[in-house]
Amino acid sequence: MIYLDNAATTRVTEEVFEQIKPYFCEQYANPSAIYSFAGKAMSAVDEARKSAAELIGAESNEIYFTAGGSESDNWAIKAAAELYKDKGKHIITSTIEHHAVLHTCQYLEKQGYEVTYVNVDENGVIRLDELEKAIRPDTVLITVMAANNEIGTIQPISEIGRLAKKNGILFHTDAVQAYGHIPIDVNEMNIDMLSASGHKLNAPKGVGIMYIRKGVRIGSFIHGGAQERSRRAGTLNTAGIVGFGAAAKIAKEKLEENAKKEIALRDYLIKRVMDEIPYTRLNGDAVKRLPNNAHFCFKFIEGESLLILLDQNGICASSGSACTSGSLDPSHVLLAIGLAHEIAHGSLRLTLSTENTKEEIDFTVDKLKEIVARLRSMSPLYEDFVKQQS
Amino acid sequence: MYSEKVMDHFNNPRNVGEIENPSGVGTVGNAKCGDIMRMYLDIDENGIIKEAKFKTFGCGAAVATSSMATELVKGKTIQEALQVTNKAVMEALDGLPPVKVHCSLLAEEAIHAALWDYAEKNNIKIEGLQKPVNDIEEKIEEEY
Repeated sequence: MIYLDNAATTRVTEEVFEQIKPYFCEQYANPSAIYSFAGKAMSAVDEARKSAAELIGAESNEIYFTAGGSESDNWAIKAAAELYKDKGKHIITSTIEHHAVLHTCQYLEKQGYEVTYVNVDENGVIRLDELEKAIRPDTVLITVMAANNEIGTIQPISEIGRLAKKNGILFHTDAVQAYGHIPIDVNEMNIDMLSASGHKLNAPKGVGIMYIRKGVRIGSFIHGGAQERSRRAGTLNTAGIVGFGAAAKIAKEKLEENAKKEIALRDYLIKRVMDEIPYTRLNGDAVKRLPNNAHFCFKFIEGESLLILLDQNGICASSGSACTSGSLDPSHVLLAIGLAHEIAHGSLRLTLSTENTKEEIDFTVDKLKEIVARLRSMSPLYEDFVKQQS
Repeated sequence: MYSEKVMDHFNNPRNVGEIENPSGVGTVGNAKCGDIMRMYLDIDENGIIKEAKFKTFGCGAAVATSSMATELVKGKTIQEALQVTNKAVMEALDGLPPVKVHCSLLAEEAIHAALWDYAEKNNIKIEGLQKPVNDIEEKIEEEY
């Protein structure tokens, strides 16, 4: 099997798993308990919090463990809206956010909030001039992702942070794809709140963080206990949190090395695909993109067929295709960057890890060439295109 | 998610291709929704479908329903071919996931569109055949 869907989730590495193991059968105490048996669990949680904070230049007591990126996004946006409802009810976001942000914003619209969805350019970079123009006296929150989960485009987070700060507006970023993959510093970038998820970073599923800058007084989202300084109730997920911390620590140490390795492989993959498969479009910015992301549209074919045939060759990949999500519309991200529907339907996302090899990439491209050619030979759109050419 | 029959018809689609100077050809679907089927029929002087071919842009189910539809109409009379409904295509494939039922409707529509073209070319009326909904954008922007 060749696993090229690391934006969907990653493998828990042995190094991380070894550190998690003791917290199931041996160190199972509830970390919040008073007896000494709980001490080891609590200090492991503290250690993890420190690692999670250091990766983004934050303080330990600004990190709150959650159940994942979606929870953190919901918390940040709903609680910020609630906190500032007397000041204003206007929120700014982008058209290419993850649904955890978009659907939360749509929920708030039903509650009487106004949301401006700022457009992106053809590479998926947010239009800063539009964002600046969207700011109003009643704007209380700007939420823009650090990097896009589909096409991998990295957003100008520092510039957005500066704009937010200048105008006294809270800035939240969904950094689920970026955290531990590209450098982030919450102080340099003026980030007030940040969401991240463990399983995109070789930690287990079901654990995430929310960074909340000291002094940002948003309320709780999950009520029912004094955990996380009374801001997020629920028994601490010790094993998950330890895994998160371990993965964050490794990511901080190896960030540059990993990125370099992934970028080399990514660019090799992109070059081969673009050189060898005609009528193909690379989506997302060529340079401002996540180290592990390659995203293409193959004209005249449809993404689900492509995924099934890749799967039959042992290759795990994903697509923004309608069919996989059960809706008929292609990805909102691909439409936002201006692609026609029929082209957006033929999309393929390949997301690497440092464990992938050049041999795997070569095998994948070789198979991809055959599969795209086969699907085109069956496509009435390609037939029409060829007839028009002749 | 797909039955074995669907996977078989997706992996080894029957009757892929074109027919030169077909008796009837019909294209249905919409690139916007991600499915386009084109069906070619060769019909002899006795009104028997001698040959059926297809080309499809679409998901696994779209390919499989097109393939099955061509198999079901081959050797049939025009009236028999009209009885090949989306339900018949689905049953022959041992069912489809609910979100893919529209693919079988498209297959039925493709048969009708090809028969309609045949009727128009020969200036005849086929009993029970309605003008098919032809809802596709043939144009593809040249943006590469």
